[in-house]
Amino acid sequence: MEVPILKQGEVLIATFQAALSDADLEHLRRGLVQQVVKLRSRGVIVDVTAMDVMDSFASRTLREIAHMIRLRGAETVIVGIQPEVAFAMVQLGLTLEDVVTALDLEEGLAYLTQKFKNTD
Amino acid sequence: MRAGEIRVSINSDQDIVTARQRGRALATELGFSTGDATLIATAISELARNIVSYARKGEIALKMVNSSSRQGVLIIASDSGPGIRDIRQAMRDGFSTSGSLGLGLPGVRRLMDEFEITSEPGRGTMVTVKKWKQ
Repeated sequence: MEVPILKQGEVLIATFQAALSDADLEHLRRGLVQQVVKLRSRGVIVDVTAMDVMDSFASRTLREIAHMIRLRGAETVIVGIQPEVAFAMVQLGLTLEDVVTALDLEEGLAYLTQKFKNTD
Repeated sequence: MRAGEIRVSINSDQDIVTARQRGRALATELGFSTGDATLIATAISELARNIVSYARKGEIALKMVNSSSRQGVLIIASDSGPGIRDIRQAMRDGFSTSGSLGLGLPGVRRLMDEFEITSEPGRGTMVTVKKWKQ
């Protein structure tokens, strides 16, 4: 299953459409990092609104994406974690540690815009 | 196969997705809340992932269970993999032998109401969990 990656100015937006397998997540990780390099993006938003399960593999992959992109000098924001998914993650003992999260796409974009302003 | 029992064979990462989708569908059908259906689907995902990571193949069986006063869902994850030598250690947060996060089993126990594990080195592992409808 392909995850579409949209470019909006200096930001890339990846939207998880439905249930993703481990292979899909790894594919996404590779694709996003490549696109950040190719397009010289400064920010990435991963929209997980449609994701109904966030297990240990998915959250580890999201963390890895954020860390790889940070090493590249760009910032990642995970948006749209559903309340019941957040509850299950906490029960399972999963955290996204130092990864930035926001309520939705709009807030994620607002966060990045502010961040770019501060560093320009 | 008994009536009302769903069996999903687990051989690849795609089967993990199938198993948790079937689990969520069953939980929803039985009238579990969206929140509890998410907990059940997440637990199935972790159990199926353990099968793929440690045993390569196995099976997830899902079925409805009834006690005198309540209804619930039963999940049995079984494999004929290498088994777990030290179950107490495997049930501790942070323990892993496959380079994964190692949160699987203790996390699954927190997600569900009942948890049972039997394992024999060289023979396989069976994890049985239940979640009761509130």
